[in-house]
Amino acid sequence: MNDITAAAAPEAARKRHGSLLVQDARTKTRNASETRFRRLGLLAVALGMLALVGLLGSILSNGLSAFKQTYLQVEVFLDPAKLDKTGSGDLAQIAKVSTFGYAPLIQAAMQGAAKEAGVDTSALPAKALGQMVSKEAPATLRNFVLASPEKIGQTVSFSLLANGRIDGYFKGRVTMESAALDRNISPEQLAFADQLKAAGVLETKFNWAFFTAPDASDTRPEAAGLGVAILGSIYMMLIVLCLSLPLGVAASIYLEEFAPKNRFTDLIEVNISNLAAVPSIVFGILGLAIFINLVGLPQSAPIVGGLVLTLMTLPTIIIATRAALKSVPPSIRDAALGVGASKMQSIFHHVLPLAMPGILTGAIIGLAQALGETAPLLLIGMVAFVREYPAGPPEGLFDPAAALPVQVYNWTQRGDPAFVERASGAIIVLLVFLIVMNTAAILLRRKFERRW
Amino acid sequence: MTQTSLKITARNCQVYYGETHAIKDVSVDIADNTVTAFIGPSGCGKSTFLRCLNRMNDTIDVCRVTGDILLDGEDIYDAKVDPVQLRAKVGMVFQKPNPFPKSIYDNVAYGPKIHGLARTKAELDEIVETALKRAALWGEVKDRLLAPGTGLSGGQQQRLCIARAIATSPEVLLMDEPCSALDPIATAQVEELIDELRRDYSVVIVTHSMQQAARVSQKTAFFHLGNLVEFGDTSQIFTKPSDPRTESYITGRIG
Repeated sequence: MNDITAAAAPEAARKRHGSLLVQDARTKTRNASETRFRRLGLLAVALGMLALVGLLGSILSNGLSAFKQTYLQVEVFLDPAKLDKTGSGDLAQIAKVSTFGYAPLIQAAMQGAAKEAGVDTSALPAKALGQMVSKEAPATLRNFVLASPEKIGQTVSFSLLANGRIDGYFKGRVTMESAALDRNISPEQLAFADQLKAAGVLETKFNWAFFTAPDASDTRPEAAGLGVAILGSIYMMLIVLCLSLPLGVAASIYLEEFAPKNRFTDLIEVNISNLAAVPSIVFGILGLAIFINLVGLPQSAPIVGGLVLTLMTLPTIIIATRAALKSVPPSIRDAALGVGASKMQSIFHHVLPLAMPGILTGAIIGLAQALGETAPLLLIGMVAFVREYPAGPPEGLFDPAAALPVQVYNWTQRGDPAFVERASGAIIVLLVFLIVMNTAAILLRRKFERRW
Repeated sequence: MTQTSLKITARNCQVYYGETHAIKDVSVDIADNTVTAFIGPSGCGKSTFLRCLNRMNDTIDVCRVTGDILLDGEDIYDAKVDPVQLRAKVGMVFQKPNPFPKSIYDNVAYGPKIHGLARTKAELDEIVETALKRAALWGEVKDRLLAPGTGLSGGQQQRLCIARAIATSPEVLLMDEPCSALDPIATAQVEELIDELRRDYSVVIVTHSMQQAARVSQKTAFFHLGNLVEFGDTSQIFTKPSDPRTESYITGRIG
């Protein structure tokens, strides 16, 4: 049998294949399918890029203007007849003057500014002039006076926020046509603003207040800032980092290195994977039930938000850490045990340092996820309107605060179109935070990997 | 061979991996100041048995060892024995060079550090230098002790692992196919080193190469399918094997 095939083979082998210079049908179909697959892949990547560019483009075009704000440079005469009627200089008396009492000062200041700039304001009543300034401005003045009452009777230079519509006009959001239909602004006011701008009274500056100011009410979008939200998010991230990293790493080391492999640990393992897939809002309900209703922690507080986000981040960190520990070659464990290291020593001296890049990447990805999480925070009351800054930690962790993603959600719910710009601006801030964190993850990984 | 004392005595040793009976009733005497080679075809249990001698098999959950293994007359599987302490006495070199991803110095100094063998930095330096000299590596690395151990060549890495093993001053040195990943020149260096080490240690080496067993060992044990087929002087095993299976193996008919 063998001999027969051996004898027949050379002749058959020569005939079995055609010329190498001509592609046979099978090769052609294979090559064609490969080309098709490549094109499909390219198309998918291109679509993804297009979507990303579209998303970023729309966010940036809507939101970048939030980082600029229109201010009015005006000289305000702090009239003692209005602010300190008794002339006593008593702070309690001065404090009795509400923000309404400051409105005439602003109107006068606007008239003064117009006169100085040589602009005719006869078409506009004094009240309309005052409306060009933000509703936040009287409060700014009042705070200034209460902080330094000795300035009453003097003329002080202020940089006051312009009304949101005026600001919108210079950002292209408000036009003469839309102003004609708008109760809050008139084309005359916009024309006057143009003249003020030419005279240098009105200017558009970088908006630092966007990062430092607290949220503002519906009628004054120009004053709304992210200060409280950023602080609240930072507080929560601190809590998440301090709790979930040590807990997660410790749990993973125990499960991966020490725990016996039996049904019980299998069950734990399956459930950790399940927890990673639980919708985040469920964690919010859990937080509401346990941390607020049962333990009695305050609502809207970063401590509760941090705890809920910790619960949410733990599975991510545990899964990443276990994968990192698993990927450390067993030869390193053998080497450590071989020279007489204990299990603990072999883990902490050799395995953990090698797993570090993976652990850190997992932790930062978990943190980034937690930073952008909104749903659970809505349930624990972080959606509240908070104008007061929380105190410094640790007491501040129990004060009400906002969070960045919730602030975005909050602002998109408001009526004034100026808030759309703010919301997009807040998204940009959030994205920058996330990019910084992811960059940190990459850099840390590089640093640890490059050690050898 | 001059008078040598027994270092390790194994009696009726059985090893099970779950249901698999990997080592069947092995009894062997390992002498001090001797190189003992374990040879046999792949999967015959020689590495498994070697790992019993310093209880490295403890790290495998399903592995179970019965019988007696005595080191200097003490049962190493006694409940009172801490395997960590045992492994300081019975060092091990693995098949693949596995230096820690640390500097050459730290690789060698790690064992002495965790066992508290050096009180001062100077003492530690001396231990490291001695170990590297004994491993015939000192001349090649003395100017770059702080360079990563993983940056050395394969042969150098394996000698570094040997230096690391002898830095803890063990009494027995187990080597699991230490030359299988090395080229002939590095192999020759390591073999020369093994012969050197015999003066101070009892060396047990698992090898696939019969030539290597013949070159470096004084005693040879032939394992087949979990059984210890034959154990005796190397010269006798390779020239006048008493068991037909040994003869088949060394002449290349099985394995």
